[in-house]
Amino acid sequence: MSGGPEWPLYEVFVRGKRGLNHVHVGSLHAADDQMAVLHARDVYTRRNEGVSIWVVRADAITASSPDEKDPLFAPSGDKVYRHPTFYAIPDDVPHM
Amino acid sequence: MATTDVITDPHHEDELLAQFETTVGRGDRIEPRDWMPEGYRRTLVRQIAQHAHSEIIGMQPEGNWITRAPSLRRKATLLAKVQDEAGHGLYLYSACETLGVSRTELTELLLAGRQKYSSIFNYPTLSYADVGTIGWLVDGAAICNQVPLCRTSYGPYGRAMIRVCKEESFHQRQGYELLMAMMRGTDEQRAMVQESVNRFWWPALMMFGPPDDSSPNTAQSMAWGIKRNTNDDLRQRMVDMTVPQAERLGVTLPDPELAWNEERGHHDFGRPDWDEFLQVVKGDGPCNAQRLAHRRRAHEDGAWVREAATAFAARTATAGVAS
Repeated sequence: MSGGPEWPLYEVFVRGKRGLNHVHVGSLHAADDQMAVLHARDVYTRRNEGVSIWVVRADAITASSPDEKDPLFAPSGDKVYRHPTFYAIPDDVPHM
Repeated sequence: MATTDVITDPHHEDELLAQFETTVGRGDRIEPRDWMPEGYRRTLVRQIAQHAHSEIIGMQPEGNWITRAPSLRRKATLLAKVQDEAGHGLYLYSACETLGVSRTELTELLLAGRQKYSSIFNYPTLSYADVGTIGWLVDGAAICNQVPLCRTSYGPYGRAMIRVCKEESFHQRQGYELLMAMMRGTDEQRAMVQESVNRFWWPALMMFGPPDDSSPNTAQSMAWGIKRNTNDDLRQRMVDMTVPQAERLGVTLPDPELAWNEERGHHDFGRPDWDEFLQVVKGDGPCNAQRLAHRRRAHEDGAWVREAATAFAARTATAGVAS
């Protein structure tokens, strides 16, 4: 492509409104961090979808891989006693 | 997020395929780092890229009228709409890149004419009424196509489609409202609307692709959960939705065979000119050469901006290290 090397890929996170977490909304290319914020505003918040934007270079993200899926998430799989429904309470006990 | 190649042991390929099919079978989404059959990946790249290119090329027919919009209100609307098309293209390019292709590659394939975009954008916009007709019929057809795609099996594609669909509703409504305003105007304006609808009706129906019996990829795409409906199903849905809208607007859809079929509970309608469709897809439509030439020129004219931004980023990064 004429115009030099491809700009790095950024992942975009938007806080929809006060009180909510930033949520991943997609990605875009930008030459630098500041441009990534400006592009994110134009691409992902044209209709008041957000009050705050985070951008982070995609190559800075470390992710669990599908191959690790079982060993990584297995420890929580067999700990049903961590859930409230594990404990039997008679129906006539109120407010519980 | 950038994809990481998953190195697969060929002995486990059958097992991986079974896992993939189970996931798709129970209606779960496939995500970028999951193993997927090469055909699934290839089909998605082709479909999402074509979809993204359509949004980008689709800016041209309507962009044609921005400077000549009849009022500031219509101009602001049209600018916002064309900007949305650019946004839709970007959502879709991002989704496509999660499948391991680069933006550069996608851009080059479009500019070289090696990946397609929707044939509808190879028709010219000859009158201002076309802005309304495109919103009503072309975006209407796009909505029919895209709403089921929100549930497509590939996660990033479905999420992009949800964003797109939220915005398409504005596109269709502004078009219909524009046409209503013209229909309340003079005889000449009403004639402009009818003439525009006459030109766009059949190309809009062709947007759903060839008939089911000559759409070889449909069965596999449906088995993989990429497509949720056949081309003919969606085309029928479009016709049924549009007929009452045309009546309310006071225009005639240019199809003598169009009639309600009580037995089927659907409208019967004529056969689009599939020879014309193939001709436009092959590159011989009224505006194919013009659309690509414009896109190439815009890309080349923007090269210095991309270069300057890259140079600026490199310089500020070095300055940051030095200070």
